[in-house]
Amino acid sequence: MSQDFNFVLAGFGGQGLLFGGKVIATAGLIEDKELSWLPSYGPEMRGGTANCSVCLSDNPIGSPLVMEPNGIIAMNQPSFDKFIDLVSDGGVAVVDSTLVPTMRYPENVKVVEIPATAMAEENGLKGLANIICVGKLFAETGFCSEETLFAAMERCIPPRKQHLLEPNLKALRLGIEA
Amino acid sequence: MAEEKVVFQRPGALTDAVTNYCPGCGHGIVQRLVAEVIDELGVEGTSVGVAPVGCAVMAYDFFSCDMIEAAHGRAPAVATAVKRVHPENLVFSYQGDGDLASIGMAETVHAATRGEKITVIFINNAIYGMTGGQMAPTSLPNQITQTSPYGRDVHAAGFPIRVSEMLRELDGVAYIERVTVDKPANVRKAKKAIRKAFEYQLEGVGYTFVEVVSTCPTNWGMSPQKSFEWMRENMLPYYPLGVYKDVKAEGFADVYEAAAARAAECPIANKE
Amino acid sequence: MAEKNKVLMKGNEAMGAAAVAAGCRHFFGYPITPQTELAAYMSKTMPKIGGTYLQAESEVAAINMVYGASAAGARTMTSSSSPGVSLKSEGISYLAGADLPAVIINVQRGGPGLGGIQPSQADYWQATRGLGHGDFHCVVFAPSSVQEMADYVYKAFDVADEYRTPVLILADGMLGQMMEPVVLPEPKTELPEKPWATCGHHNKRPHNVANSLYLTADALEKLNIERFARYAQIEENEQAAECIMTDDADIVLVAFGASARVTLSAVKKAREKGIKAGLLRPITLWPFPKKAIDETASTAKAYLTVEMNMGQMVDDVRLAVNGRVPVEFYGRTGGVIPTPAEILAQIEALAEKVGE
Repeated sequence: MSQDFNFVLAGFGGQGLLFGGKVIATAGLIEDKELSWLPSYGPEMRGGTANCSVCLSDNPIGSPLVMEPNGIIAMNQPSFDKFIDLVSDGGVAVVDSTLVPTMRYPENVKVVEIPATAMAEENGLKGLANIICVGKLFAETGFCSEETLFAAMERCIPPRKQHLLEPNLKALRLGIEA
Repeated sequence: MAEEKVVFQRPGALTDAVTNYCPGCGHGIVQRLVAEVIDELGVEGTSVGVAPVGCAVMAYDFFSCDMIEAAHGRAPAVATAVKRVHPENLVFSYQGDGDLASIGMAETVHAATRGEKITVIFINNAIYGMTGGQMAPTSLPNQITQTSPYGRDVHAAGFPIRVSEMLRELDGVAYIERVTVDKPANVRKAKKAIRKAFEYQLEGVGYTFVEVVSTCPTNWGMSPQKSFEWMRENMLPYYPLGVYKDVKAEGFADVYEAAAARAAECPIANKE
Repeated sequence: MAEKNKVLMKGNEAMGAAAVAAGCRHFFGYPITPQTELAAYMSKTMPKIGGTYLQAESEVAAINMVYGASAAGARTMTSSSSPGVSLKSEGISYLAGADLPAVIINVQRGGPGLGGIQPSQADYWQATRGLGHGDFHCVVFAPSSVQEMADYVYKAFDVADEYRTPVLILADGMLGQMMEPVVLPEPKTELPEKPWATCGHHNKRPHNVANSLYLTADALEKLNIERFARYAQIEENEQAAECIMTDDADIVLVAFGASARVTLSAVKKAREKGIKAGLLRPITLWPFPKKAIDETASTAKAYLTVEMNMGQMVDDVRLAVNGRVPVEFYGRTGGVIPTPAEILAQIEALAEKVGE
């Protein structure tokens, strides 16, 4: 696989998009790829929008700031509005349709609507809509092997939070199968 | 021939360098007291002193222990780090009023509230000496200086800072005493205060501070004798001598015990 | 799955980990975006390894604590971002004046004044010209990846001790905030002796003094001349740069740190279009890698510096090129990161101009 993956994950602060990005980056680490993870930072994070850029490639990463993503996750309306037009031709937009009421469908972009927040609630996975979306982005783009993805999640949950591992793995599966 | 007996000599903790202090200045007395205490405690080899910017700027040449010359006002920050690197050392700073209470006030307050196990020797003579007699943070109301030529106008220049009174409120402070060196009895008291401060530091009781109310004959424009008279008449009523804090005398082992007792009603402050 | 010992870390944290590996046990910090993760890392790590993390009352206090800890013989570090580094300049000058080693990190943000918090390289002049008053230099390393942030912080402690000088790491908000895989350096087991340290003479030697005050003009001049002889050695020994595709390059791009990453993407695109472009990436900003400029000068028809500022390093490139060929500048400022497309357009225009 020699495809470059340039992702933006965006939503409200607190939705766990930076963590979602870290899971993707960790998958790249496990597969020994070149990779970068860059968060937005500063006052905008406090209750406002939060996003991160993740790049996976076989070649060294230039700017870690993704300006033309070929995959995005949008978990609120402002993020959808901000990033949907930046998606490059043939790219994928995974959109949490529970939280993004007003949709648009640009040409040459595959818009994948998934009611991640509602699904999380229904499945007792409150707060893990981010991971459902990561699962969906994986299913759409195949940025790593499935084995790697689950291994990455295991690595991202610190030992003192092991009780969160199973719900996160469940959320990944939900997203992949949705 | 009768055996010669030495009855007075330079303390070992002072070098044989000739000081740059003016005749009648209190610095010479206080530095000697610090050195005598270092000798008595036998700690010259494990002492590090921090010199200020001010008349005592060259104190690094006068003390024979290891010395650091700090930037203006930063001696407590420098001393903090030395102590953190070598907790077994005796670490002291030696500072004047401009250095300590003006440009270095933040460093002064925060080293005190952190309870750094250092000793600050504070020479308060109500004037900037080295730069030639400007108004200091401790210059008295109506005191004439080069930069308060009509006398310190408290409406424009504000009030002098009583540093000992201010610092005693901080929980990290173990011991504060204000002394002077105008006559033998007071010199002896000053030495006892310095000794107590050093002992508390070495025991790890907390931050220790000795304020020495002193004079500046040169910039006050008075004879040394007259300076002490002026100091007794004007400075001591504003800066009364005495012990301002002594946590051991209050019955506590150290500042941590004292602070816990003071905040007894605050659950988080007393969490195990 | 050849992972080796790679871990995923933010640049700010990697610099903290590398400092610890280099033997730094005394860190003095103050919060400021975008470097705060480094202070947080140190506050978490130092208590576990018997080190000191001290949150100072100000950047001024922090750098003076570094002065004290360094005088006392410790490997010590402080970190900040642009406005905080301005406050540290007092202490950096004193460190230089007292010949004390220390490592200072600047995770740059946009300026002047409070500026912004987005990545910037606008402190190049400050780092290479104006880190404080008086006649002195600081060695300045400009890493451009998380791995290099770890490697050069680690190296900085050795360079600082070897030449008894403060060393600055000039990073930026992008490098500080981003995560990349990094192999952390091995913990040092032996640190250099410091017979000059003010740590108590234990009645075994004359007293040591850490000082930058010399009231006799001749004495101060002599010391400054001696220090500059040391700087000459540093200029001879420590220049570092990475040259990529410069062997036959007509257009030599010069960029450091974050902007070098973007510039490399643009250089590759230029090559795809048949333009002989190359990248010269200074790793030391002081000493400036003049030797690397000389090596590229035989083929270069023009130089183009790319910076995240209004044009600062371009001065040093012009000095090094010394009029041989044109030196142009392209930059974005205020926290804006240039795009490869913007830089490519500049390369194309310059190639046309010099008749590529």
